[in-house]
Amino acid sequence: MTVFILCFALFLVGVHGVLTRRNLIKVVISLTIMEFSIFLMLALVGYVSMGEAPVLGSDLVVPQLVVDPLPQAMVLTAIVIALATNAMLLTIAVRLYKKYGTFDIRRINELKG
Amino acid sequence: MSVIVKKIAQLMSSLIFVYGIYIITHGHLTPGGGFAGGALVAGAFILLILANGSEYVRLKRQEEGSSLIESIAVLSALVLATVGLAAGSLVFFNNWLPGGIPGQLISAGTIPLYNIFIGMEVAAALITIFLALVIYKEEISK
Amino acid sequence: MEVMLSVIIGSMIVAAIAAIHARDLLSAIIAQGFVGYGLVICFVMLRAPDLAIVQIVVETITLVIMVAVVLDSSRKELETVIDRRQVATTGMSLLFLVLLLFFFNRAIGSLARFGDHTLRMSEAYVTGAAEQTGSINLVTGVLWDFRGYDTLGEATVLFTAAIGVLTIIRLAGKK
Repeated sequence: MTVFILCFALFLVGVHGVLTRRNLIKVVISLTIMEFSIFLMLALVGYVSMGEAPVLGSDLVVPQLVVDPLPQAMVLTAIVIALATNAMLLTIAVRLYKKYGTFDIRRINELKG
Repeated sequence: MSVIVKKIAQLMSSLIFVYGIYIITHGHLTPGGGFAGGALVAGAFILLILANGSEYVRLKRQEEGSSLIESIAVLSALVLATVGLAAGSLVFFNNWLPGGIPGQLISAGTIPLYNIFIGMEVAAALITIFLALVIYKEEISK
Repeated sequence: MEVMLSVIIGSMIVAAIAAIHARDLLSAIIAQGFVGYGLVICFVMLRAPDLAIVQIVVETITLVIMVAVVLDSSRKELETVIDRRQVATTGMSLLFLVLLLFFFNRAIGSLARFGDHTLRMSEAYVTGAAEQTGSINLVTGVLWDFRGYDTLGEATVLFTAAIGVLTIIRLAGKK
């Protein structure tokens, strides 16, 4: 049970960062940390103690205890999508820096146009 | 970068590239698959660009090529999924090729083909994003 | 096992706090890299080799892109000023944390204990997937046969993200 609570604490750190930071790069980092905690949560939920990795031998014998392959399949795609969305956020940050000369969200809000 | 870094990067990137191809093609037998292998192939190209600087490769044409490959890969995965409608029991994503013997390299029907296409897609998308950032940097420093 | 995982996740939390409060953006990015590579170790311990391979490569590429972005622009963190808006956002964040904690407290009761997961839903995936799809890596079998729609959607999102980056970052239109 401790691991679930710690994983949730990691998520809370990310939420705190997104809500309180003013720097755009810090906001992107906090979003990445939230994504990491969600991946970890799904992998933790699918774990079976003393289970084996979901890769069979060529004789197709299923071991006694196997880790759940379904959450792993979902996280596998989510990781690559997280990279793509992160890159897109970073490009938006770069363009905003080119236009306003700062990463500060409040200054960008004030400098219209 | 110095000559040593360039040479080592050239040697290493070919090894990483081959390893990525291995991960893609053995995706249905060993851990890995299209997503992991595609990211590895993209990593090989990114290493080459980082070590050799932007004058080594003609970036603009490379970017056009990589975004073309990306579109072709998505389109072929979609076509392959749609062919399942025609070649079987009217199910999208039908595994219509013969299964073969599980555990051999050529088996599992359409799954290796999907793996290859998604590997191309991931690699091309990541290279396109990186090249776009590098070209942007060149343009503003000019 | 659980103790080891707790230690690793605890150090990841410390690194995450360091990443959020660092004075220099470059050290913030490196602390975030620590969190990502810690996640790789967690995946290996949780018997998820597919995830570990993907995460270690993706984390490296993310770090490269982030360092490139930060070195191109500024790497100084803005100094924190304590004014009305800062107090308001901090209060709002605390409120949000308490709210999330409340719902987490209600939800955690219905989770099985760590390691006691019963394969209720994926029983068919584990027992029948290898014969039906012919793929002895069950994760790939689930990914491209049973849940092909999902994966196609994710590929579309990736494609859209790459097109979006190209659209946003072009300075002048194509001649």
